[in-house]
Amino acid sequence: MSAPASLVVTDLRTRFGSDRVGATVVDGVTFTLLPGRTTALVGESGCGKSATALSLMRLIDKPGRIIGGSVTLNGRDLLGLSESEMEQVRGAAIGMIFQDPLTSLNPALTIGQQIVETLQAHRPMSRADADRTAIDLLTRVGVTDAARRIGDYPHHFSGGMRQRVLIAAAISCSPSVIIADEPTTALDVTVQAKILRLLHDLQGAMGASLLLITHDLGVVASMADEVLVMYAGRIVERADVDTLFHDPRHPYTKALLACVAGIEDDRSVPLEPIGGSAPDLWNPPVGCRFAPRCPVVQDVCRSQDQPLRRISAEHEAACILVEEDRMHG
Amino acid sequence: MAETSIATTPPPDTLLEVVGLSKSFGGRRGRTSGIRAVADVDLTLRRGETLGLVGESGCGKSTLSRLILSLLEPDAGQVRIAGIDFTHAPERHRRELRRRIQVVFQDALSSLNPRMTIGANIAEPMRLQGLGSAALRRTEARRLLGLVGLRPEHEDRYPHEFSGGQCQRIAIARALMLQPEIIVFDEAVSALDVSIRAQILRLILDLQRQFGLSYIFISHDLGVIKRICDRIAVMYLGQIVEIGPAETVCRAPRHPYTAALLRAIPIADPRRMRVSDLGQIEGDAVGAVKPDACPFAPRCPKQFDPCDKRRPALIDVAPGHQAACHLNEPEAC
Repeated sequence: MSAPASLVVTDLRTRFGSDRVGATVVDGVTFTLLPGRTTALVGESGCGKSATALSLMRLIDKPGRIIGGSVTLNGRDLLGLSESEMEQVRGAAIGMIFQDPLTSLNPALTIGQQIVETLQAHRPMSRADADRTAIDLLTRVGVTDAARRIGDYPHHFSGGMRQRVLIAAAISCSPSVIIADEPTTALDVTVQAKILRLLHDLQGAMGASLLLITHDLGVVASMADEVLVMYAGRIVERADVDTLFHDPRHPYTKALLACVAGIEDDRSVPLEPIGGSAPDLWNPPVGCRFAPRCPVVQDVCRSQDQPLRRISAEHEAACILVEEDRMHG
Repeated sequence: MAETSIATTPPPDTLLEVVGLSKSFGGRRGRTSGIRAVADVDLTLRRGETLGLVGESGCGKSTLSRLILSLLEPDAGQVRIAGIDFTHAPERHRRELRRRIQVVFQDALSSLNPRMTIGANIAEPMRLQGLGSAALRRTEARRLLGLVGLRPEHEDRYPHEFSGGQCQRIAIARALMLQPEIIVFDEAVSALDVSIRAQILRLILDLQRQFGLSYIFISHDLGVIKRICDRIAVMYLGQIVEIGPAETVCRAPRHPYTAALLRAIPIADPRRMRVSDLGQIEGDAVGAVKPDACPFAPRCPKQFDPCDKRRPALIDVAPGHQAACHLNEPEAC
């Protein structure tokens, strides 16, 4: 039996521009976030991973718009909610953490006020109770001497400490889903290690599902239970973390892992860049979007879309070779 | 050229020497009341070598690179290129010396002039130096475009028409224009996606093999540094705390800070590392450094008696490998 789903995204499509001229930056994305599990959404800049996160929180700005699909949170259809209903979902049922804590925090509000604001927006609560809760939350995320520091402003805090404040705000209403978009990209590695550990521990304690968006395969390997690889607006592979790193089936995933091995291992591993660059989504190639860069491309890939093909219950890849491997046993 | 005396003579293939370089910000000149961004740094770079400079934000690596490039005046110390004092040379000589050392920055698009074609951007260093005719500069720019993997016929396009990786190729072409001996790469691949990063690293390595260039490669990313450098210098709060052969420093670090950095890097293999294996160290690299203490002592997991009484010197721990930690002193064992 599978655990109850907390967030189900089905065939989500988000487009910028008009029906005729435009770019479908999220193009039929489907996945499920389960309680207590970390799902990593990984890909390179422009692949649509942040657009996916913004879409499911309905934060896509005009001229972008969601043109299809559904997002349900514990059975409730988020795309059908009014804007004011959606505001109650954001920050409460779904907590959000972004890359740049300095721009996500209001520079004119104290650290305490930022958290109190979130708390009072979602729950009727006296100011004194909200202050006490804010101090508890800050202590929980590792801000030492929180009772004194709630009066400080964001610029008094280091990058790592600011990110802790954002995490405290994100978990303040005990969300069932936490979305973290490149939460450690701007941080030094020693600080990153601490923030990743904190996110992992909090998620474990809360039993929330975590959607971790990152381009860093090292972060994916250490944090994820399940991995979604995104390329040019589509998910091209889905697998549990061990399978993804040790038995990848999509040529893009393989190429990405080879790049990382070439960069991060010693000099005996050759540097193997992926030739070319990601396609222009305003004018995407026909067929598989990785075909122009694919080392094992076949004729059919250039004319027909390649849907996700099932390899096992935990593993899918959008590549024709999955069929061939199956036929050849 | 007048020689200032230094105690040790460098090896004969030394191309660049940094001797006792210091720079403070915020204090009054000549006094040590400010933040010591770079504190008494010595370095050498051999011909054809790649030296990696690694450290976290605020460790002083970018200040050090700007001092080496003579884009900043040091409070003390000097930079020598092929034995000639670059820091104290008269302006006319400095211009000549500048040709021998060039730089590529992290954000290529903002380091290119958006109102100049890429051909003009590449030719600009030569024009500023008053070298060659316009026609010759143009020919050279076209040749370099080809060399870095772009199409010479795109010379009339503008920087915004190119991707981040392509802009970095253009910046590299511009750095090559004056036929330098040394190129400083300051976080030059940090902003690039992994597939593009591998392309640019390959280009950088190919150019080095082709022209025998010497590199100083500055990055916060020890993974990249390890991959392409011969030697690594690790900086912490303005000082070099460890320097040695890349492979040795990464396999058997002799400074607890280097060890902590290495343990904090997530490895792209879930069988080798999960989040609970990531090394955790106390505190942040901020705050005043006590003059008579090891700067890393407040965060060091191995801190012992002498650490807050004496500042450890950078001493030999193996041939060509030095570290500034009391643990390496004979009496510590």
